[in-house]
Amino acid sequence: MSELPIKVDKTKCISCGLCIDACNFGSIEMVGDYPSIKDDCRLCGACAEACPQGAITIKEASKDTDLSAYKGVLIFAEQRQGKIHPVAYELLGKGKELANDLGEPLYAVILGSDVGTFAEELTSRGADKVFIYDDSALADFRDDPYTELLYNLVEEEKPSIFLIGATAIGRSLGPRVASKLYTGLTADCTSLSIDPESKLLLQTRPAYGGNIMATIICADTRPQMATVRYKMFTEAEVDTSNQGVKISKTVDMSNIPDRVKILDFQKASEELSITEAEIIVAGGKGLGDMKGFELMEELAKTLGGAVGASRPTVDEGWMEYRHQVGLSGRTVRPKLYMACGISGAVQHIAGMKTSDVIISVNKDEEAPIFSVSSLGAVGDLYEVIPKVIEKIKAHQEASN
Amino acid sequence: MSEELNIIVCIKQVPETTEVEFDEETGRLKREGVAAIVNPFDEYAVEEGLSITETYGGIVKVLTMGPPQAESALKETIAMGAHEAWLATDRAFAGADTWATSYTLAKCVEKMAPYDLIICGLKTTDGDTGQVGPEIAENLDIPHICYVSKILDISNGKIKLKRNLDDGVETLEAPLPVVITVSKEINQPRLSTLRGRMKARKAKINELTSSDLDADPKKLGLEGSPTRVVKVFTPPSPEGGEIVKGSPDELAEKIFQKLMECRVI
Repeated sequence: MSELPIKVDKTKCISCGLCIDACNFGSIEMVGDYPSIKDDCRLCGACAEACPQGAITIKEASKDTDLSAYKGVLIFAEQRQGKIHPVAYELLGKGKELANDLGEPLYAVILGSDVGTFAEELTSRGADKVFIYDDSALADFRDDPYTELLYNLVEEEKPSIFLIGATAIGRSLGPRVASKLYTGLTADCTSLSIDPESKLLLQTRPAYGGNIMATIICADTRPQMATVRYKMFTEAEVDTSNQGVKISKTVDMSNIPDRVKILDFQKASEELSITEAEIIVAGGKGLGDMKGFELMEELAKTLGGAVGASRPTVDEGWMEYRHQVGLSGRTVRPKLYMACGISGAVQHIAGMKTSDVIISVNKDEEAPIFSVSSLGAVGDLYEVIPKVIEKIKAHQEASN
Repeated sequence: MSEELNIIVCIKQVPETTEVEFDEETGRLKREGVAAIVNPFDEYAVEEGLSITETYGGIVKVLTMGPPQAESALKETIAMGAHEAWLATDRAFAGADTWATSYTLAKCVEKMAPYDLIICGLKTTDGDTGQVGPEIAENLDIPHICYVSKILDISNGKIKLKRNLDDGVETLEAPLPVVITVSKEINQPRLSTLRGRMKARKAKINELTSSDLDADPKKLGLEGSPTRVVKVFTPPSPEGGEIVKGSPDELAEKIFQKLMECRVI
């Protein structure tokens, strides 16, 4: 067994115990007069920071990559079946901010078949350079060839930051690329900024089921990679006066691994599962009867979300168990949770309280659900929800 | 490839997250009395490994990296029916981010060879990254497939399966060995049996330390980790209720504005 790379210098320690209080993980205990660090230490450094004597030190890794060779913010423009995923526009928006803070250029990369035409769309939204890998063999996403080409691009262009949307594809591809590059990747970031002093990318993300937030850095390797949660940042605006350069990269598929074969693809038409949905419209006993869920389904469809249900409605047989939200059903953490006619039993709230935004509609002003709601509307859901649906539809038609 | 399938399932011991809370007064994470459990997503991975061996024959070896007490998580999988338990434990592994974790696990997998299929849960409930599966595959230079919802067939050194993407379901074929991560809809994990729990009590835990692995010590643990956590804090709690009253029209307008504000429409 090796030693933990964290040390307590007993000649400096004054046994004050501040390190024990500072430890978020309960990994330090007093043994005799001195703190002892347990094996489950995460090496987060909170104790070292708290120690007034500088008695706790963590051995830092020394890496010898020439970091100054890396410049520019690169974003992955994911496309599926000839359409750019909108998260790419959000990455351009955030990427531009970061690039400006660093005084570095913004790059985008797109892979696919006949994707050259997207270059202008990406430059008009702020990319200074767009790298294009265009080949009929790249039409459908596969981890192997996409990894290889992105790896090659990073090696050639040396961006200091590389952002990928935290979509299903991004969260499969990102780790593979980061692993091959031997660099850090922070998953599912909800906030990104540049530290004014160190110029490092501060990557913030939820952990422990959204109970805590952590800010993560990648100090010694490049690029600093992150997957970024969809719908966290504002899309870059189109400005046709933006000038960018389009760079076509050669693709030689004969030299690229391609081990997984796609046999079939069925486009989703079936309903979304509540654990994966970013938007959930949930109904409770306040719906009155089973037919009430038709209204929930209509609202969910309008918002592109899934339908959730409280336990009593499932117990009544109004909805199937797979829709049940709460400790007795599924714990969910969507971007938006709309609770309609749900009073908010403790077990229900425990299963949805970490949702980013909670909107509830209930007749009872005293309903506990309001205490966790960002917006609580006191009213009859049958009067309010149809009007909400109307407004959304009008808005959607106007923006199409 | 041998006739019998050699399956390695990677699991992690995690705190029961629904209980991990911030102490409002001290601003620290409350960990006292929080139970350590098998990452719930990994139970689906164990179940899938077991059900594959029941259909195709073979054995399931469960692997975890963690402190010595992670042994109890391994024993839970033995109680479910797993055949072997492997614990990678060494202070040199401490402080590992997903890069160093997957490097270490890949080195363990090499040590545990032969292997045809490596199964991981979708993600863990503590770190919540879902990165370790694909990263293990890259370290082993084998393909990976995420979000697997159904295994269709395993034969002639190939696996055929379905997996979920954001916009639909793909049917894929990959050569073995391969790393897969499984989604929750793939199965319903079995409960341990009394006989399983008896077996688990006496089960041998195979331990791996850094000296057992053909690994570069500079790539392990904190030293091998490109990322560092610099700050941990409480998320802004849901801003506990602007409660509005009014006519249905006014309420609908309020809700519509909120939907616009949080960019869901």
